[in-house]
Amino acid sequence: MTQYEGITRRGMLGLVGAAAATVPLDSGAAGAQAASGEVTVRMTVNGSATSLTVDPRVTLLDALRERLQLTGTKKGCDRGQCGACTVHVDGRRVVSCLTLLATLDGASVTTIEGLADGDRLHPLQQAFIEHDGFQCGFCTPGQIMSAAAVIAEGGARTDAEIREQMSGNICRCSAYPGILAAIRQARTEMR
Amino acid sequence: MREYRFERPGTVTEAVRRSGSDTAYLAGGTTLVDLMKLEVMTPGRVLDINRLPLRGLDATGGGLRIGALERMTDVAADPRVRLGYPMLSQALELSASGQLRNMASIGGNLLQRTRCGYFRDVSMPCNKRQPGSGCPAIRGENRMHAVLGTSDSCVATHPSDLAVALAALDARVQLQGRDGVRTVNLCDFYLLPADTPHLEHDLRPGELVTGVIVPRLDWAQRSIYLKIRDRQSYEFALSSAAVAIRREGDTIVEARVAVGGMGTRPWRLPAVERALAGRPATSNTYAAAATATVDGTRPLRHNAFKPELMQRTLIRALLELEQTR
Repeated sequence: MTQYEGITRRGMLGLVGAAAATVPLDSGAAGAQAASGEVTVRMTVNGSATSLTVDPRVTLLDALRERLQLTGTKKGCDRGQCGACTVHVDGRRVVSCLTLLATLDGASVTTIEGLADGDRLHPLQQAFIEHDGFQCGFCTPGQIMSAAAVIAEGGARTDAEIREQMSGNICRCSAYPGILAAIRQARTEMR
Repeated sequence: MREYRFERPGTVTEAVRRSGSDTAYLAGGTTLVDLMKLEVMTPGRVLDINRLPLRGLDATGGGLRIGALERMTDVAADPRVRLGYPMLSQALELSASGQLRNMASIGGNLLQRTRCGYFRDVSMPCNKRQPGSGCPAIRGENRMHAVLGTSDSCVATHPSDLAVALAALDARVQLQGRDGVRTVNLCDFYLLPADTPHLEHDLRPGELVTGVIVPRLDWAQRSIYLKIRDRQSYEFALSSAAVAIRREGDTIVEARVAVGGMGTRPWRLPAVERALAGRPATSNTYAAAATATVDGTRPLRHNAFKPELMQRTLIRALLELEQTR
């Protein structure tokens, strides 16, 4: 990521949004719609309790990126077709672009930022590096989040199964052979 | 996306009472949120029904009762479905992607809207989206469109794989409305477009799908869902076949056959079922029965291949079914 004196590009752009995100901790019953039309949602994101008050049209994807500055989750098609925005909600992989934040009161969300153990990369992150599982890297967070769930569910037993289970994650650079090899390696390490 | 009011009714009764003509029920959101972003659907109120007690899969007393809010992933993986009704598991697992199957509900799957590109593009006319505006698909891009059940107003294909397998199984849809509960045969639940393609379901205002009943059919253990598409995975059907066969020795006693990718709704083929019953389970029988599929097809400029593809899909499904067990 491009950095200017320790401040990320997204961080600069997102300063206004960051201020707004910290305001509404106690405005009305969680999940209910206030007179303003906004909805307050309390949830856990990467292990931290979070409360957001948003327009009910806001997707989980936009909330992560614009309000919580978790820009690892990418907006590709924004129509549920490419998988770049894949995250885990209550342990299951979903596309965050078709998930309305308003529905997530009480949910637990894990994004790519929550996958590593401190400075130690998750086995999938390490395997994607070792096997060239990406070129431009845009689809990679979604690929890795999707693969982590597939392996956890036991759905990565054969190459054919990995390809089928990962078909919801499109890679325009076509790094599929590397992605397959990375998942195969991480599958063994995650046991 | 247009503005809407977001509400979360606490009970089914409350949901049904709050619902009106300007309301959409929100379950998995994989159709609704997509179409709200495209402004194809513009409800003034969205009722989040995800916490209503419409989950669960019950197999007591034979058959299945599937709660409308069960997710596709869970139903597909349930051993009672996988072993007793393999065509249902297969239809679900060949649908969409892993992420979408985790999100999408069974009720929502049945109510998903057509993938017709003109329907999804608000800058184009579409009789389904805007009654009376015209159908550009009839003379436009229509390779993916229907050849069965079409009208001069609409040729849009029904996209659900699950509904095709359920049609073959004589499934019924459970509904709850302001006037109480009722049950509708799945095949009757879907309306033909005729000159009112904007009316797609036998649903009264405010009615909510609460569950699906699959009547007991022991010989559905020998069933298959075969899906033919432009790519191997994560694509809608060009053609599909849901087939169950009851055999005694080498003779077919009974058959259930429905096809997808062909009709404006899931399409049961009783003529094919009759042509299979009482005949030896041979490729000659399959080929002869498959010719009964083409009755009443109305191919368009880009999909004239579909009637033949339907026959071949059906024959291959029957041959593959022979290999099981």
